[in-house]
Amino acid sequence: MKDQNGNLPPAHEPTESNHSWTLLFFAWLMATSGTLISLFFSEIVQLPVCVLCWYQRIALYPLVIILPLALFPYDVKAIRYVTPLVIFGWIVAFFHVLVVAGLIPEGAQPCVQGVPCSEIHFTLLGFLNIPVMSLIAFSIIWALLILSKKSFTRT
Amino acid sequence: MKQKNIFISAVAFLVLVFIAAVGVYKSQKPSTVASELLPALERINAPVKGGNKAKVTIVEFFDPACGTCSQFYPLVNNLVKKYQGKVNVVMRYAPLHQGSEDVVKMLEAAHLQGKFWPAVELLFANQQRWVEHHVSNPTNALAGIKTLDLDHEQLDRDWQSNEIAKIIARDITDGQTLKVRATPQFFVNGKPLIVFGYEELVDLVEEAVAEAY
Repeated sequence: MKDQNGNLPPAHEPTESNHSWTLLFFAWLMATSGTLISLFFSEIVQLPVCVLCWYQRIALYPLVIILPLALFPYDVKAIRYVTPLVIFGWIVAFFHVLVVAGLIPEGAQPCVQGVPCSEIHFTLLGFLNIPVMSLIAFSIIWALLILSKKSFTRT
Repeated sequence: MKQKNIFISAVAFLVLVFIAAVGVYKSQKPSTVASELLPALERINAPVKGGNKAKVTIVEFFDPACGTCSQFYPLVNNLVKKYQGKVNVVMRYAPLHQGSEDVVKMLEAAHLQGKFWPAVELLFANQQRWVEHHVSNPTNALAGIKTLDLDHEQLDRDWQSNEIAKIIARDITDGQTLKVRATPQFFVNGKPLIVFGYEELVDLVEEAVAEAY
């Protein structure tokens, strides 16, 4: 990364930009793990996928492809493009968690075909069901995107 | 360069974890229906084809309006023919399509007159005449069944009777017990067809025949 005079190029100060890269990399790691886990549950365990799950998938799966393009080379603009997806996914996940918790009545939510979204098929440690996992994943991805952008603008 | 290596290692790691998880899950998954659920597979007098002494029984939960069920019908027939006397197939109703509940009642009424198989064959073959956009039209289905040689008045009385309503309700409950969410759903000697497909069904039947004979 050094130029002919042995100085580091000013725009890409290695420690700082590495930091933003790493944060974005972890956002990708989170999105990809979430994608694989959701595919594992639907395709291998064959749990039914309700409508709200599909909306969250629509927000999550593109990140697996888009974020690597923002990593090589690091492109801070991509954060601007993926953030709406992440916010959309977060809102749907939050709504889904409320439906499961019974805070939003069954009738007020859009699941009419086949699989009710209020039904829970899998729970870990007593509270970690799939919608909660999704909400946590979207929250972490969102936080990582914000941190990555901050750490980049600071340089 | 270092970042690329990290990324590639992460991809490889995730893929390996996924494959390992699939492997572990498949090896641990019980391949037979839990013993307390086994009675849900059977109902006395359910339509059956292929001989009473067969040691291998395919239980098929089906909806006459389901396109895949219709495509599988000749394939399942081939299996019964291929293992003459060794394999039979029991049909259970899973009316998942709108309007299908009445149609399976008509099928059961035809069954009372010994005409289940011609009736189901006719419905499968003419699905486009009585299924529109995945919604069953019982009136058209009934008209189709009545082209068969059976007692029309008896059929009309039977399909609306309480006895038949109970039989259908029993099949629906059993389907729910066995978590039948899509049709056709096959069970071969109590083992559910996990990965859906004709080849997979053939393998499952072959395995059961090899075990039983």
